[in-house]
Amino acid sequence: MEIDKLRDTVNEADRTEGETIEAFKRRSLEPYPDPDNWLTEEVQRGVLTTTIDAVLNWARRSTMFPVVCFPACCAFEFMAASASRFDLARFGMEIIRASPRQADLMITAGTLTWKLAPAVRRIYDQMAEPKWVIAMGACGISGGIFRSSYNVVPGYNRVVPVDVYVPGCPPRPEALIYGINLLQKKIAEMHTKIELPRPALPLPGRLAGRK
Amino acid sequence: MTVTISGNDLARTISARLPQAVVAANDRFILVNRESIRQVTELLKTELGYDYLNYVSSVDCHDYFELVYQLTTLTDNRQVVIKTRCPRGDALVPSITPVYRGADLQEREVFDLMGIRFDGHPNLKRIFLWEGFQGYPLRKDYL
Repeated sequence: MEIDKLRDTVNEADRTEGETIEAFKRRSLEPYPDPDNWLTEEVQRGVLTTTIDAVLNWARRSTMFPVVCFPACCAFEFMAASASRFDLARFGMEIIRASPRQADLMITAGTLTWKLAPAVRRIYDQMAEPKWVIAMGACGISGGIFRSSYNVVPGYNRVVPVDVYVPGCPPRPEALIYGINLLQKKIAEMHTKIELPRPALPLPGRLAGRK
Repeated sequence: MTVTISGNDLARTISARLPQAVVAANDRFILVNRESIRQVTELLKTELGYDYLNYVSSVDCHDYFELVYQLTTLTDNRQVVIKTRCPRGDALVPSITPVYRGADLQEREVFDLMGIRFDGHPNLKRIFLWEGFQGYPLRKDYL
């Protein structure tokens, strides 16, 4: 048949996909290193610009554009939340962007399988900084009822860093809106940090063995 | 309306043509040898009019795996269930993809999740899970 001619290509693509997923899974299950732990507390808080912070944070929290990343059924609660009855537009996020490059919020509504996990990570990587993630629903938080399954990611924080967890199966739209409000409060308290260049010195003793 | 054919009647027809094939039959299904599953389906398709394969499925019965095939005649909507068994240690069954092309993906699914290999399948590899996944998750002893 016609499809048989493509078999080598398809096999090659499947093998590549399998290697990608295996490598991604292995990488994702490693514990997170804290990116800031080489800095002392004083240095982290040493430089800040309060007035600009207030303006930036107001702008950021008032126009949050969620990206389309809804793998499963929590998406319906999200649709309900964004439709006219609950009216997410009241909080300045009426536009759901189909392109991650125009979005700064990922609401992870639904169960994530390992096969889809690299795609979600890719969406997250394509989003412009600053960006936030809300883990919506039991599956987003911990894998939920599918946690012990062979192919379900046990929580989105294995794949992307999560800011706010909204529990429920699925959460009511009010719960999601409350989670978004919490995120907006978090953004309001953000401080603009100046990225210091990493020292070319040997790391302090407690970090010496760490990559 | 779909008419479910009694296995007993059809088993007699099959036994007349393939004497070794049928192991047991009752009013719900026909159990056939795994070696002759392809001949049985071929007979059913070419001569008895069962031209549509509803599904291929598999059951883990601890000591053995059971393959379930449901066939339908599209002309007068009769249907029949064929079953075959393979031991757990030797999970190899002849593929019926050469008879019903529609069995291709379903046999791959059975292979992917239950680990039953199909002899003569043109492209037997994982379909849902990714290449490199360890084990067969729908087996009772998985995890």
